[in-house]
Amino acid sequence: MLSRVAERIYWLGRYLERTENTARLLTVYSNLLLDLPRGAKVGWHTLVEITGSQDEFSKTYQNTDERSVNRFLLSDQNNYSSIISSLGLARENARTTREIIPTEAWEQINKLYLFTKESMGKATARGPRHQLLQDIIAHCQQIAGLLAGAMSHNSGYNFLRIARSLERADMTTRIVDVGSITLLPSLTQTGATAEQSTRPFANMIWMSVLHSLSAYQMYRQHVLDRVNGEDVVTFLLQDSQFPRAVRHCLGKLEACLKFLPNNEAALRQVSEAVALVDDANIAELLDSGLLEYIDELQVEFANIHASITETWFLPVVSEQQQSA
Amino acid sequence: MQIDWKSYNPGAFYDELISSPGYPRKSGRILARYLASLKSDDLQQRKTAAELAIKAMGISFTVYSEAGNIDREWPFDIIPRIITETQWQKTSQGLEQRLRALNCFIDDIYNDQKILKDKVVPAELIAKSVNFRKECIGMKPRHGVWAHICGTDLIRDTNGQFYVLEDNLRVPSGVSYMLENRKVTKRVFPELFENYNILPITEYTSHLFDTLAAISPRPLDYPEVVVLTPGIYNSAYFEHSFLAQRMGAELVEGGDLVVEDDCVYMRTINGLSRVDVIYRRIDDLFLDPEVFNPDSALGVPGLMRAWLKGNVALANAPGAGVADDKVIYTYVPAMIKYYLGEEPLLENVPSYLCVDEKQCQHVLANLDKLVVKPANESGGYGMLMGPQASKKERADFAKKIKANPRNYMAQPLISLSTAPVLVDRGAEPRHIDLRPFVLQGRDSYVTPGGLTRVAMVKGSYIVNSSQGGGSKDTWIVSDEER
Repeated sequence: MLSRVAERIYWLGRYLERTENTARLLTVYSNLLLDLPRGAKVGWHTLVEITGSQDEFSKTYQNTDERSVNRFLLSDQNNYSSIISSLGLARENARTTREIIPTEAWEQINKLYLFTKESMGKATARGPRHQLLQDIIAHCQQIAGLLAGAMSHNSGYNFLRIARSLERADMTTRIVDVGSITLLPSLTQTGATAEQSTRPFANMIWMSVLHSLSAYQMYRQHVLDRVNGEDVVTFLLQDSQFPRAVRHCLGKLEACLKFLPNNEAALRQVSEAVALVDDANIAELLDSGLLEYIDELQVEFANIHASITETWFLPVVSEQQQSA
Repeated sequence: MQIDWKSYNPGAFYDELISSPGYPRKSGRILARYLASLKSDDLQQRKTAAELAIKAMGISFTVYSEAGNIDREWPFDIIPRIITETQWQKTSQGLEQRLRALNCFIDDIYNDQKILKDKVVPAELIAKSVNFRKECIGMKPRHGVWAHICGTDLIRDTNGQFYVLEDNLRVPSGVSYMLENRKVTKRVFPELFENYNILPITEYTSHLFDTLAAISPRPLDYPEVVVLTPGIYNSAYFEHSFLAQRMGAELVEGGDLVVEDDCVYMRTINGLSRVDVIYRRIDDLFLDPEVFNPDSALGVPGLMRAWLKGNVALANAPGAGVADDKVIYTYVPAMIKYYLGEEPLLENVPSYLCVDEKQCQHVLANLDKLVVKPANESGGYGMLMGPQASKKERADFAKKIKANPRNYMAQPLISLSTAPVLVDRGAEPRHIDLRPFVLQGRDSYVTPGGLTRVAMVKGSYIVNSSQGGGSKDTWIVSDEER
């Protein structure tokens, strides 16, 4: 497989996963905000923070209200992490690897892009927006299924899965980040004493964190106790069986890397990340240091990405420097 | 949008479906009757279905000038064009014959130059040809074939006879659209396929692969064949990717290839991997910055060295364009006699060479009746449509001809045949041409039919997709109805 093709397929995988994750994020967040009391100061700005695009956002928007944030993350073509941008880049990478991926997959990706582009203008009210996001998620799942069922599980497919796993792990840490740190302190500022006011909401928030990763059901089956911060974070970071848990993603990543030639450097990076996850004491981290810990994890992910790039992709700067 | 053939008038032109208002040709009767039976809604629905299919399948071409909207959907008319198998057979043989002669010519030009010594073709034409590559002198590609893939443009005059308008021997494009057009028609008019015996065209990519594999310098069962594209912004990128996909070949860009020890390798995730055959879709001058255009970022440094040493095959071979020149074109009938000792089965459009003083006088005196073409442009650029041009345009063009007569040839304006296309009020005649694709390696192959290009503007003769042309599915049908 050509290095350039491997690179494009890798980015196709990342952008598809990013599209789905962003759609999930927007869906769950809308639901969560409906449940919270009026006084709660949890705002839409949190979403901008999760996607790490505060600077980009403040360039164009004054208010972090529902309309602006949704526009920014769904249909703003100037925001490179919006759903439409991710889809556009996924489509471009699919278009330029059409000789490798199954034709049906290209057609589905193309259709999803055209569909989203046409529908997004009408999706400003909550109802239609919810429907659109559901459709996008369903389409992404369909594409993933199509690729799994119609593409040989060769190097190309491995790059797709590697990309998906890395993107997923990254998004899960961002969501945990939000659940544990950004949301809670802002809730305690509502006036009432922290102990009394946050408790019912904290559970709700953890629940929606689980929902945003489609993890609620699996969590309930796995953790018999009621929803609580420590168990949720442990589950999302350390569980080896849940597909969106960081530990699971890293396991998948490792397994796929083993099929590729010259994989030593990348595997070493993954082992480092695995150790960091396995050795973490979540209870302690929840008391203090989770934010720094997650930063550390994200640096590990960036290192894995760098190592993949260096080993398998073209040494020259590719025509589309894409954002990790 | 109902079709009424009684009000369809092709006038003085040869219409391929309707011979005169209300009277379809024999081969087209079923089609014409079927189309006329469709209600307006139904026709509209088929048209929309075709548009949606093209959009969803992502059949597109790129237009350079439109920044921001680079990928355009392929313009397609849903009414297929019918040519009978009997009519086609002779044409097909003529195309094969023509390419054989052209390859003899190219091989001769870069080796013994017998045809020049025998004064069948004037030596000065070659000396002044911009497509002659001195770097290729002495080269002997396998099977003596330089142009492995040829796209020949055919037109039909008022009697319906086929003429060759030009041969494209460098990087002819359009074959993917020919194949996709058929796919779209199958989606739109599946019922018609039951009533006609239509020759299938899908085998093209297998033949292309076989042709390419047969020129591999290494005798391998599975030589590494790649398609070399200028990149994702090229107007024919869709086609490059399509052909690579259908052949199961790698689609590479210049940056993916590297030459070491005069062999070509591609950069893969396993490291460097040897390449045997390159179906290149970039022009000669961009192939190798060491030999040609030093600024070319599209090519591969050292590629020509590897080719000249015989370590890699290039299709088409560099320098093949020497025969793809509108002035050399006029000598093809002579070449057929000279090299093959055969009579040409396909005729050229009568032409005047400006390099010949007498003929040039004639051209200059009759600019209002002629179409003047530069020797080496493609895509319909740089030509003068005499009858439609203004006085000033003709005067300006006359100056260009006088300054560089070798660069121009002229032809009478041949009345291109027409075929019905679907318009808002029903069907109207539009001018069309035909580009069949011819392969030559160890064996020869001609596509049954080819890409029919349509001048979508009423009365226009310009069929190029870059200038608003459209296309049709082309059916070669056996004369006996099923």
